[in-house]
Amino acid sequence: MGRPRFLYVPFWLTYVFLYAPIAVLVVMSFNEGKSPYLHEGFSLKWYGVLAEDDKVMEGLVNTLIVAGGSTVLATVLGTLLAVGLARHTRSKLLDALGLMPAILPDLVLAIGLLVFYDVVQFSLGLHSVILSHALFGMAFVAAVVRTRLAHADSSLEEASRDLGAGPVTTFVRVTLPQLAPGIVAGALLAFTLSIDEFVIAFFTAAPTEPTLPIVIYSMIRFGVTPEINALASILLLVSFTVVIVAQRMTKIGEFRAQD
Amino acid sequence: MKVVGKPRPVSPRWGRRLGAFVFLGPGVAYLAVLLLVPLALILSYTVFRRGRFGGIVYEFTTENFSRLFDPLYLDVVLTSIKLATLTTVFALLLGYPTAYLIARLPRTWKTVALVAIVLPFWTNFIIRVYAWTILLSGPGLINSALGTQMELLYNHGAIVTGLLYSYLPLMVLPLYAAIEKLDPQLREASANLGASAFTTFRRVTLPLTLPGVATGCLFVFVPSFGNFVIPEILGGGRTATVGTLIRAEFLKSRDWPFGSTLALAVILVLIVLLVIQSWVSRRG
Repeated sequence: MGRPRFLYVPFWLTYVFLYAPIAVLVVMSFNEGKSPYLHEGFSLKWYGVLAEDDKVMEGLVNTLIVAGGSTVLATVLGTLLAVGLARHTRSKLLDALGLMPAILPDLVLAIGLLVFYDVVQFSLGLHSVILSHALFGMAFVAAVVRTRLAHADSSLEEASRDLGAGPVTTFVRVTLPQLAPGIVAGALLAFTLSIDEFVIAFFTAAPTEPTLPIVIYSMIRFGVTPEINALASILLLVSFTVVIVAQRMTKIGEFRAQD
Repeated sequence: MKVVGKPRPVSPRWGRRLGAFVFLGPGVAYLAVLLLVPLALILSYTVFRRGRFGGIVYEFTTENFSRLFDPLYLDVVLTSIKLATLTTVFALLLGYPTAYLIARLPRTWKTVALVAIVLPFWTNFIIRVYAWTILLSGPGLINSALGTQMELLYNHGAIVTGLLYSYLPLMVLPLYAAIEKLDPQLREASANLGASAFTTFRRVTLPLTLPGVATGCLFVFVPSFGNFVIPEILGGGRTATVGTLIRAEFLKSRDWPFGSTLALAVILVLIVLLVIQSWVSRRG
């Protein structure tokens, strides 16, 4: 019914297009030779090289620090903002402001922050990247929590207030538990986005403390070996696992909320 | 039944104000300092002169704007528009049929197909771009498979391929949302009234999903237009785009006023597209 045959051509083309490069990347990581472009026999040696690469490990640690710090900040700010926007104002302008970091091109955010840090003479380092990443992380957390709020039952909050609970108790015991799945999903989103983020980190990190995407970028620009493919394969495995687990978790969350 | 409790210590009006302050205050303050102030700084830099050794001289000038219309830079802007437009068109051609079929899949397969669209998007952006150098490079896979020696990297085609690869999911998702909402009875009615499949698509399906098309095009065009990583890796630095130029003005030649003017151009393009998109969605 209503599924013309010829549409399957672009449909499958899309999936081949999306996954062929990834498949090639992974196959090339198990390479005996030095070229990332030609396969010269199966070997795990580039995974060994990777494990001993200090720069990569340093970048990984920096990335995790940045993602952890910015996610905490983004989750707290984003959750408060979502509740505030939904319950305490009708301003369309504030609404738009809250979404802006997610809509503006990353390059614009990046140079804006660079100029700002320069003008106020704020030193660059992991802390500046944390602040920068929290900016767009907050927008995504707020957006996710707001969709959750739209489905939340506000009469429960009124009931709590009518029964004599104060605003703080009501927020902590009634509102927050209802929002929990949204907050977790938003935090996961902010964390993943921060781990992969390159442009803003590139402009606002100190050259001595690069995050992992910056390390990968310079590896690609200055000579490539299958070590990058090994690193890429591991990162692919990690993000695929996280996305699929998150998918499962939000489903379970929705289930619970329906009970 | 309403329980008459103890009187609240704070009057409701003040309570509401306090609530607004507690919930909105931190986020709005953060946005004001780290978003509005930086944007205002960029805006103000567009009318200042660059210092001799980088830095800013706070002297009013319109030089940055006249430079933007210098044929040399105008050409860069036009190249960026061309690359972003090509990317958007290809994304629409691949994305619309894909989204259409996903929306008609049985429920389990629908989830699988959607997750499969989004999955590459959650992996490292730089790595996704790098993957194409393996396929396209001189001794790379496509050439060895075909037994040719074509130069596939470092040209506009390679850049569009990379952009399309990176942003195609952003086209499929809004299209899927729009097509999914469509009432199947409308298509049936159109068919019952004697319209061919193509006419039904042209007169019913397409107009009703136009808001999704507009959103998808916006989501693909904007990041393609401002991108600097893909032109650098897959274009080999041979093609100057607005993105690579902004990057160079800020990190290499340190001409921040002109870099800010270019960034303002990117913002203006975004605003124009946002206006078009909201106009299309309101009509739809």
